[in-house]
Amino acid sequence: MVCRKQGWGVAEMAVHSSAIEQVASHDRSRAMDAFKLGDRVFYWITRISAILVLVLLGGIIISLIVGSWPAIMEFGSSFLTTQRWAPSAEPPVLGALSPLYGTILTSIIAMTIAIPVGIGIAVFLTELCPLWARAPIGMAIELLAGIPSIIYGMWGFFILGPFLADTVQPFFIGLFDGVPILGAIFGGPPSYLSLFNASLILAIMVLPFITAISRDVFATVPPVLKEAAYGVGCTTWEVVRHVVLPYTRVGVIGGAMLALGRALGETMAVTFIIGNSFRISPSIFAPGTTISAAIASEFAESDGLHQSSLMLLGLLLFVLTFFVLAAARLMLLRLEKKAGK
Amino acid sequence: MTIVSTAAASGPAVPPPRIDPEVPAKVAARNLNFYYGQHHALKNINLSIAANRVTAFIGPSGCGKSTLLRIFNRMYDLYPGQRVEGRVLLDDTDILDPKLDLNLLRARVGMVFQKPTPFPMTIYENIAFGIRLYEKLPKSDMDSRVEKALRDGALWTEVKDKLNASGLSLSGGQQQRLCIARTVAVRPEVILFDEPCSALDPISTAKVEELIAELKTHYTIAIVTHNMQQAARVSDYTSFMYLGEMIEFGPTDKLFTSPSDRRTQDYITGRFG
Repeated sequence: MVCRKQGWGVAEMAVHSSAIEQVASHDRSRAMDAFKLGDRVFYWITRISAILVLVLLGGIIISLIVGSWPAIMEFGSSFLTTQRWAPSAEPPVLGALSPLYGTILTSIIAMTIAIPVGIGIAVFLTELCPLWARAPIGMAIELLAGIPSIIYGMWGFFILGPFLADTVQPFFIGLFDGVPILGAIFGGPPSYLSLFNASLILAIMVLPFITAISRDVFATVPPVLKEAAYGVGCTTWEVVRHVVLPYTRVGVIGGAMLALGRALGETMAVTFIIGNSFRISPSIFAPGTTISAAIASEFAESDGLHQSSLMLLGLLLFVLTFFVLAAARLMLLRLEKKAGK
Repeated sequence: MTIVSTAAASGPAVPPPRIDPEVPAKVAARNLNFYYGQHHALKNINLSIAANRVTAFIGPSGCGKSTLLRIFNRMYDLYPGQRVEGRVLLDDTDILDPKLDLNLLRARVGMVFQKPTPFPMTIYENIAFGIRLYEKLPKSDMDSRVEKALRDGALWTEVKDKLNASGLSLSGGQQQRLCIARTVAVRPEVILFDEPCSALDPISTAKVEELIAELKTHYTIAIVTHNMQQAARVSDYTSFMYLGEMIEFGPTDKLFTSPSDRRTQDYITGRFG
């Protein structure tokens, strides 16, 4: 095109351009109409997509509330404080305390393990790791995220569970035997199926989220900022602690919250290894249950009030997740204020 | 495949050129070569940086002046694939010694960067942070050290009422002076400036230049700059570098008025670069 243009004489150019102008005035208005139509279609497609999300969310909430209404009417607030779960009793007694306890406890333990380890891996990958090892380790972490949760469940059931019950659990039980409080937390007989095992599996499952997101946000720290910190004589730990983490805290907390969201809702692997017991035991080595595990293992054979109670459990999980996200937002706001932004 | 002989680097020590025998050298580089992987970025550099003087490095982009500066505090160590040959002495310490404590070296040799780099914390903490790495001070002593540093950075009057504001809330020029104050707070012996004014407006630049002139009474200063007028204004000695070589090194007055090398003359008269 350019070549041809260069080949044109000046006169030729003038003729061509006036001819183009004549045609253009007509064509342009047509083209503009087409553009306008396209733009309007585009606007509506995006708008409908956005509205669809709201409709879906509202629909799910409403159907959960409708489904759980009989249970809300029957049990009221005692649903939250009752430990007993006896769907076949006459009349049935159903309480959410145990699944709620199990959900929150397993998530807390999982996050306590996964956050430091995940951030540690990310720091190693971005700050300390020799170049040749970065890609393989990073890839391994990402593959960890790609393992289906049912595989984690089977692995936890057949391999990790027995291993923990035979070695790790007896060690802690012996270590804290007779110590007040800790003795109760790490007490009881070792078990293949327990809250602790489920927490550990959860920690492994959410680890890739925390690591991948932390690694990505650590990479956004300007090298010159790190150099400045090294320049006043900081060690790598000090640079990470005082420069990298404060600079990236929003992203890191975001990653942790995403992981927490997954931990709260994770179903399959947990159902396999938590034991599905509705009795709350002080020991983390005892079997327990979580909201999603309870729903998954009982929903198929439930009806009437039992099914409605399971719906109510689902609604509770929804509310719980919502509050976790809200709390995370609040925490970020306060952090930003403290930093004087 | 040729084997590069390192004999030149470890051969008989040639005394680096001394310009003024009156002024003792603070930093001395001997037969210094630097490589980014395969790229030979600095070629056989010899120089000494005089104590309590300002030494400027000028030259076109990519001539190695920033690279040279980053050797003096071993900043290149952060990146794999960069290596150096030769010797660099800070007083009598060989700073290229692999066993050297880098954190201590960087406490002795501070650096101010091209872009202002305040840490993501308050103004007060930006200064106190560096001090805390080396000294445990009670609150009142720390307060006075921070004030002293901010005064040294010619920033105190502007920020004394908002020490708890974020360092990032300051203007670009103020941020750069905060970075200078932070560097000074650690009480280094040498301060390296890597194009400290390239992101600043003329007024802030004038302030920073004034500051450099004051700082040289206590510190040895090396400054890399793209701005030849700046080099002429602030420095006592100037080194002209080109394609990784040190072409000419001498008192600033002489280098700018009667350069002995043709390439220096072409550069300072604006014929290239």
